[in-house]
Amino acid sequence: MIALNINGEDRTVDVPEDMPLLWVLRDVIGLTGTKFGCGIAQCGACTVQLDGRPVRSCVLPVASVGTRSITTIEAVGATPAGKKIQDAWLDLEVIQCGYCQSGQIMSASALLNRNPDPSDRDIDTAMSGNICRCGTYPRIRAAIKQAAKA
Amino acid sequence: MSKPSSSPSSKTGPSRRTFLQGGGLLLGFALFGASTKPVLAASTALPVDGDVTAAFSPDAYIRIGTDGAITLILPNIEMGQGTHTGEATLIAEELEVGLDQVKAVDAPPNDKLYATAALGGQATGGSTSMRATWEPLRKAGATARMMLVAAAAAEWSVPVTECVAKLGVVTHQPTGRQLAYGALADAAARQPVPSDVTLKDPKDFQLIGKSSRRLDTPGKVNGAVTYGIDIRVPDMKVATVAACPVFGGKLGDVDDKKARAIPGVRDIVKLDNAVAVIGDHFWAAKKGLEALDITWDEGANAKIGSANIMAALKAASERKKPIMARQEGDVEGRMKAAAKKIEATYELPFLAHAPMEPINCVVHVRADECEIWVGTQVPAIAQGVAAKVTGFPLEKVILHNQLIGGGFGRRLVAESVAQATAIAKQVSYPVKVIWTREEDIQHDLYRPAYYDRISAGLGADGLPTVWVDHVAGGSVLGNYIPSGWPEDKLDDDAVEGAAKPPYDLPVIQVDWVREDPPVPITWWRGVGPTHNVFVVESFMDELAHAAGKDPVEYRRALTKNQPRAAGVLELVAEKSGWSTPLAAGMGRGISLHDAFGSYMAAVLEISVSPAGEITLHRAVVAVDCGITINPNTVEAQIEGGLIFGLSAALYSGITFSDGRVDQSNFHDYRILRNNEAPKIEIYHVKSSESPGGIGETATVSAAPALANAIFSATGKRLRTLPFNRDELKGEGADKKSVSMVPPLAAPLAAALASIKPTDTELEKL
Amino acid sequence: MKRLGLLFLAAVVVVAAGVAIFLFKPASLPDVSEAQAKLPTGQALIDRGEYLTRAADCVACHTTAGGKPYAGGLAFKLPFGTIYSPNITADKDTGIGNWSDAEFVRALHQGIDKDGQNLYPAFSYAAYAQMTTEDALAIKAYLFSLPTIKAEAPKNELGFPFNQRYVMRFWNLLFVPSGPLQPDPAQTAEWNRGAYLVEAMAHCGECHTPRNLMFAVDNGKKFAGAELQGWKAYNISSDKKTGIGNWTDQQLFDYLSKGHAEGRGSATGSMGEAVDFSLRHLTPDDIKSIVTYVKSVPPQTSTDNAIVEAEPAALTASTAYAPSADGAAQDGLGLKLFQGACASCHGWNGEGIQTPYAALKGSRTVNDPDGTNLIQVILKGAHMTTPQGRQSMPAFANAYSDVEIAALSNYVLGHFGGKESAITPEDVATARKQ
Repeated sequence: MIALNINGEDRTVDVPEDMPLLWVLRDVIGLTGTKFGCGIAQCGACTVQLDGRPVRSCVLPVASVGTRSITTIEAVGATPAGKKIQDAWLDLEVIQCGYCQSGQIMSASALLNRNPDPSDRDIDTAMSGNICRCGTYPRIRAAIKQAAKA
Repeated sequence: MSKPSSSPSSKTGPSRRTFLQGGGLLLGFALFGASTKPVLAASTALPVDGDVTAAFSPDAYIRIGTDGAITLILPNIEMGQGTHTGEATLIAEELEVGLDQVKAVDAPPNDKLYATAALGGQATGGSTSMRATWEPLRKAGATARMMLVAAAAAEWSVPVTECVAKLGVVTHQPTGRQLAYGALADAAARQPVPSDVTLKDPKDFQLIGKSSRRLDTPGKVNGAVTYGIDIRVPDMKVATVAACPVFGGKLGDVDDKKARAIPGVRDIVKLDNAVAVIGDHFWAAKKGLEALDITWDEGANAKIGSANIMAALKAASERKKPIMARQEGDVEGRMKAAAKKIEATYELPFLAHAPMEPINCVVHVRADECEIWVGTQVPAIAQGVAAKVTGFPLEKVILHNQLIGGGFGRRLVAESVAQATAIAKQVSYPVKVIWTREEDIQHDLYRPAYYDRISAGLGADGLPTVWVDHVAGGSVLGNYIPSGWPEDKLDDDAVEGAAKPPYDLPVIQVDWVREDPPVPITWWRGVGPTHNVFVVESFMDELAHAAGKDPVEYRRALTKNQPRAAGVLELVAEKSGWSTPLAAGMGRGISLHDAFGSYMAAVLEISVSPAGEITLHRAVVAVDCGITINPNTVEAQIEGGLIFGLSAALYSGITFSDGRVDQSNFHDYRILRNNEAPKIEIYHVKSSESPGGIGETATVSAAPALANAIFSATGKRLRTLPFNRDELKGEGADKKSVSMVPPLAAPLAAALASIKPTDTELEKL
Repeated sequence: MKRLGLLFLAAVVVVAAGVAIFLFKPASLPDVSEAQAKLPTGQALIDRGEYLTRAADCVACHTTAGGKPYAGGLAFKLPFGTIYSPNITADKDTGIGNWSDAEFVRALHQGIDKDGQNLYPAFSYAAYAQMTTEDALAIKAYLFSLPTIKAEAPKNELGFPFNQRYVMRFWNLLFVPSGPLQPDPAQTAEWNRGAYLVEAMAHCGECHTPRNLMFAVDNGKKFAGAELQGWKAYNISSDKKTGIGNWTDQQLFDYLSKGHAEGRGSATGSMGEAVDFSLRHLTPDDIKSIVTYVKSVPPQTSTDNAIVEAEPAALTASTAYAPSADGAAQDGLGLKLFQGACASCHGWNGEGIQTPYAALKGSRTVNDPDGTNLIQVILKGAHMTTPQGRQSMPAFANAYSDVEIAALSNYVLGHFGGKESAITPEDVATARKQ
């Protein structure tokens, strides 16, 4: 049994130690907002936060989460940065198909967590690991800047 | 759909029954037929997901409950392109309701009700949705509104002309009496269907032309919405699958001893050409699949490679008799008489769709029925293939269409639904089949490769007097239609964007040689035009340079009788600052086209480093897409479409070795990233023409604008996609260090260490 | 004069005859009966063989990527041509199913195949010559217990004179030890076990010791590091600057047994395979023995510049999620690529995000201004079976240009190693061919 703290709630799961956190969230816990995109940490669709820092859950063995608290897209709106990012995302109509956006929002709100006023270069650094096939990049950039001002 | 594991039967069964009990009149409109009158629809059940309980169902698209709930059943699926919002806008505009008063759901599979003539079936693709539904959906809304108003007038015993509908309420103007739509629903259902429907004058539009908020996005910022891949039904297991790595190959032997020993692995299912492992969760299935020892019977394609596919295309182009797409004027004579003759050959690669949501499908095959949850661009076809696999009649295949995490053409085919059904057929429980990204890239149906020879004769003024475009490539239609496509018949897709360029070219020949590749092909975002406009617009630039003319000036001279093309051309030239000088290493390229009923001109500003690396700085786009239903969505589609096309032009190409796809995931099927995207500016040409398509329009503009910008920056003409940046290397660049780190002298290093950017500093706190 | 001439002629004839006998005399077979008698039987023998087969890392050379284990066919591109490893499953037609115990032992000890033909020393029999006959037989027993696989290895592509196998006899005379490694009574049992594992089994020197002009390992420069097939095998002598002299025992233990040590990065390339296929399967005691022995090898100062900078300024000033200011000063390409395709796993402070296996800090690969292994690992990726599952880095060769990989390499070396490097697109193009 592995103990996890997910969105403020303590859970125990009976899964193999090497099972990536992504599949624990999606297939065991039932939190499907975190998405599977590539399975090799190249697209960022699976991004969740551990203690507010972004990680790619598709390559994160569940046993290595330890005591760090997991925040997923379902609960990121309860954090100040997450709320600002979600509002800006809707306000600027960032989203198209939306499939990558859970990961984009998790990366973006983690950026705001550590840096309330990110520069373009900071945005490049924080957001270039998240692929969007619909090409919403310009709006993601604009929305982060707007959220920073909010 | 609600969150995890609500029972499938409780989700569809009762709501379907309730809907049938609710009764009402079912009407449908032929979306693209000569008739725009309401016609009585099939009396069969019309299952619609989303708890639709309607007292008033004036047509196939609108349900109004006595509680006032208004549900719009939209014929085209939402996959990010904003179609749900757009189509809801059309209905709501005439129905006189606000977008915040309606709920949009996907139409169930029903070819009779929801087929569009544009695509010959119930399908979403080809940037046809708004064009096809522009009239019918507004008429649907207007019809319902008229029936509601008539019901109110009858209730009050007043003339219809004294009643006005607004925001879901009918008001009797002289007395101020009001009745909400919900209260009128039952009575409206008894009203006769009006035979003559008048649509609003565009100047009275309340919703059309405004950047209304999208209906589908609020649930996409908090993980609340459910895509096909997110479906969970009771007792469901998860499968992942490996198909023969060589197309056309079959499954040989499978040793599953090791796989069965993996905890969580439940079943191993063999298909004719694939094997699937079913587990308690995807991880067990994936580990199980990796543990299988599989022997494939690779079949006839085991030796194919990209080089021989392209060689076959080239040979076909040069030797086979083409099918004529267009021939006007004395082509041969003009070519002989030309002052100058220019020829070029262009090559385009196979492309994978690679939507962010990998292929998936949930299927439960029961004793006498089959239930499917999948995001598909073609629900009726998906239903049909499942019926075929199970042997059940169509009505025993219940399909719940889901939100799609990117389609781009990939979900116009339902082969993965057939596969998932074949897997589910072998077990008693529901199965969610999820493809790995590797499977998704290596078992796509690809945008075909092309080999195009194009030539033109120039007159004394440098303008083309004759234009000849020989296209060679596979027939997408031939691959798509189960019965095939006649060998001697033109597949319009192959020449779309080539046959009628928006230029004054009176003497023109465009033909096509069909050479089907040994791998499956299908449409890809931008379909024919993404391929052809790259060739046409690159070549147009070549002609301008051969004539010593400025590329915009040259196009201007050729669009004298093409007002809409000239309109976007002038606008983009002005907004991009086309005539302002550029710094060394910078380049500016233009493309112009009229694909999908919209006109678009794009200017791309780039720089090319001495080592040949391209940086995208700025894109300026001018668009005339007719009446704009939602300007913000149009802009989003242009931004995204352009980036999609630039990604492909720079990086994408599927290649084959030993019958296998060489690429497998995003590390080698590369996608443009946020730090590579250009700044994009979009300008609209005001227009009262019918709406044009916009989902693919900018994808078409991308590659030619980039090719022309590269030429402008380097003087090198790249005619093969994806662009080989090695060809742009300056002399000696191979031997020069790239991005060398500046020497970190000790004092400097110390200084740097003390100056941390805010991001770093804050992180350390 | 005449007599002198005759004498000379006679001498020539005698020498020629001697040489001819040396070159063409059929090789004799060793007597293995004594060793056979000492071995356990049944599963115990197979288990011992399995452990030793792993310790000798036979699978690394006798398996192609994605191919069946021990079926051979792996190409070795050598300066004088390409040779392919043979099938060593017990298949009678294409493998070694017809080999006797004595023939197998002769192959391992003398580099001679069943037909008496000399083998090429790409097969590390110069090391295996020091293996006991019992251990060699246990390995055979294990290989023969596995499923047979029918697979013909491709023909070697060697030009004259290297295609003349008898030439190897001179080489063997000079460079192949005769008889198993003898324990050194002056050393501990642990040291002696380590010596045996390193020299006779794991054959570390085959990669890590430079070769002389005759392509034999030059034990005068033992473990001083070498380059082969486009990868560097680093200096693993006890030299503090260029070797492993500064590594703690724990770091060596971790690196060998898990493929990763804190502050030393992760094993990739052939070393990654050596850990994955071989070393991680050894007992902790055996790994400790190896550490003891390796640390005792006298320091060899190499000229290689892969010297780890412990705390590069740029790296120290970075966090996991943001690089220090040095990045801003650089031309963007390398940084940009790292942002997109690399940072998600490696992070900016060298510690790795999801797994320590992605930690770059302290790794020689990111401290080598030549970028030899760095370029290779970017091109070809890396895999490691770890206590928490399989960790992989994808191969970026297909989608990234020579220019991009050169820029990325220079960036990584600057940021993670504090190195001023000058990798060119041509370097990457060359690396691709290896």
